[in-house]
Amino acid sequence: MLKTFRIGGIHPKENKFSAGKAIQPIAIPAQVIIPLTQHIGAPCQPVVKKGDKVKVGTLIGKTVGFVSANIHSSVSGTVLKIDKALDTSGYKRDSVFIQVEGDQWEEKIDCTPTLLKECTLSSKEIIDKISAAGIVGMGGATFPTHVKLIPPPGTKAETLIINAVECEPYLTSDHQLMMEKTEEILVGTTILMKAINVNKAVIGIENNKKDAIDKFTTAVKSYPGITVQPLKVQYPQGGEKQLIDAVVRRQVPSGALPISVGVVVQNVGTAFAVYEAVQKNKPLVERVVTITGKEIKNPCNVLSRVGIPLNNLIDFAGGLPETTGKIVCGGPMMGKAVASMEIPVTKGTSGILVIPTLESKRNNMKDCIRCTKCINVCPMGLSPTLLMNLTEYSEWDRAEKNRITDCIECGSCSYTCPSDRPLLDYIRLGKGKVMGIIRTRKN
Amino acid sequence: MNNKLIVSPSPHVHSGDSIEKNMYGVLIALIPAFLVAVYVFRLDALIITALSVLFCVGFEYLIARYIMKKEPSVFDGSAIITGVLLAFNVPSNLPIWILALGALFSIGVVKMSFGGLGNNIFNPAIAGRIFLLISFPAQMTTWPTPAIATTDATTSATVLSNLRLDPGSLPAIKDMFFGFEGGSIGEMSALALLLGLVYMLWKKIITWHIPVSIIVSVALFTGILYIFNPVPTFNPLIHLFSGGLMLGAIFMATDYVTSPMTKSGMLIYGVSIGFITVCIRLWGAYPEGVSFAILLMNAFTPLINNYTTPKRYGEVVKNG
Repeated sequence: MLKTFRIGGIHPKENKFSAGKAIQPIAIPAQVIIPLTQHIGAPCQPVVKKGDKVKVGTLIGKTVGFVSANIHSSVSGTVLKIDKALDTSGYKRDSVFIQVEGDQWEEKIDCTPTLLKECTLSSKEIIDKISAAGIVGMGGATFPTHVKLIPPPGTKAETLIINAVECEPYLTSDHQLMMEKTEEILVGTTILMKAINVNKAVIGIENNKKDAIDKFTTAVKSYPGITVQPLKVQYPQGGEKQLIDAVVRRQVPSGALPISVGVVVQNVGTAFAVYEAVQKNKPLVERVVTITGKEIKNPCNVLSRVGIPLNNLIDFAGGLPETTGKIVCGGPMMGKAVASMEIPVTKGTSGILVIPTLESKRNNMKDCIRCTKCINVCPMGLSPTLLMNLTEYSEWDRAEKNRITDCIECGSCSYTCPSDRPLLDYIRLGKGKVMGIIRTRKN
Repeated sequence: MNNKLIVSPSPHVHSGDSIEKNMYGVLIALIPAFLVAVYVFRLDALIITALSVLFCVGFEYLIARYIMKKEPSVFDGSAIITGVLLAFNVPSNLPIWILALGALFSIGVVKMSFGGLGNNIFNPAIAGRIFLLISFPAQMTTWPTPAIATTDATTSATVLSNLRLDPGSLPAIKDMFFGFEGGSIGEMSALALLLGLVYMLWKKIITWHIPVSIIVSVALFTGILYIFNPVPTFNPLIHLFSGGLMLGAIFMATDYVTSPMTKSGMLIYGVSIGFITVCIRLWGAYPEGVSFAILLMNAFTPLINNYTTPKRYGEVVKNG
């Protein structure tokens, strides 16, 4: 039976042009730029300097603090400099520039395609390896994975949910990875189960990926404890809280973590990265990226090293169309529009979406007609129109009472508004303010 | 590529929904009732509706352009809806100058003086109807006999006013359902109006909460009275299919701008409208009470919005 989450949701046009396209490697350019912040949390401290020789997998940025993730070199060559470079955030941040020379990998990394099923490591050893490999949530949120695997004191995980929803329109990178690396993902899932000490894992897949559902349903038979849950297509089902509601029928209380209902959620791409890190000693230096758009000649899925500029990927897909107005890193609902094509692919780049000028501009905003559509689609049960007004008038107390901090920024409200009101823009602003106020109150 | 890239926060796509789409959707839903009106009242219904729309759109254009000095948005469809609904709420033989006054009050006073679409507190068409009913009681309560009726009378009273005068008189409920009893232009056929409701629900223009809660609460309230005292005055079917109940419940109470925004608020609003309507019909000074009930609850809408919240995520922790 198909399941889905119970509050709100929309169904934007899927436009999955690159579905079924085999993952192809992207050629390594002469120079790569590797940002030292590719995750939510503290930036890494560089551990290399100008002139240092690095190989693929050499540690170049070390974590500072608990919520952070190591950065490794994705190429072999010489460090040119450590300097500020523009990234998806729109800010210039510290990055390592590397001149590429050949393609030499660190000796400990196993580059063979042999499937290694056995894992005899303990939970702690697994988490240490994941932490060392710099693995982050591959769905786009880039939260350091090892942090999610260490439950806060007093909590106990019961179920691992593998997020294979890929509810963003256009994107197919997870889908294609699932078709090509089924066994690896399942071994990765087993390792994650061992890491958090649960014997139950559910892989949630939306029903628009029937081939993946079939493939996994057959494959899980040889992996005890893992089941597949087909889900009705609905955005934002890939949101952690929505997926938990859909799969286990539990809702995470406001302000609490998924672990409070006994669940840990990991992205399917993360499960694959975990497999490579634990079984093959390979740090996170490359990922699958979908390059797509209505006017892109050859929408495709590619395997790109971290640090390759978007330019190279777009060229691979047939070049930038004349009509381009906007380039988005990620999907159309939650992705970030970028100001330059020189910015590099990072751990969280699930897709590059090229949007024609005609669709890049927003319509003029009209007065709210109180149609309630934003309230009907909000997956968190909020009142976006009210939150926008409260932000506009700086009514932070009321915004907090109306749970502005619960917003997951899925964009369903702005997407659906008949008056073209920038609801999420305001809510994001208000949410930041209110979170700041809450932090100061605690201190 | 010479131009610079456009950078804006997510989301980068839009559903394509617009005010126009919703408003024209409502107008499409009004077509069945309009066809019945033209069938029953012939040319009169057509003329009154067309002129009412013309007056409403015209006044909005003039007020926006020359008094508010902003770009008129008359083609968003909301003024057209007000025009049609105002026409649907008057007898087909209403003098044109009275109709024009009603349109001026609806658009000028009730809608534009508050800032235009989205900012008005009261539904313009409802307020316009009540303005006319109070100002011109004679003209507003003399209905021509339907052109298709077999009698040769020229004017007739409505079912509700007949019931007032003669509590024993029993109209044919079938005629009321299909639209062959006397009344205002648009409130003739419950069936045609219900078709409009189905269309709006299908197109997701409105949700079921307001119309269903009004209809059910009227049926329940009169039904209970009918069980204790089975006279036509209390017959729930007569109450459901007579007067402006269907028109009000489906098209006027559901006005986006003047109705509550939460599901629970919509139910409170709908049930209150149903209750007040029946009270006015049975014990008030006027035979018909839907429009008064809606107007009254319009005033309570901000309060209802303030005290109700949507169903939050996280309230059902386990197995809901």
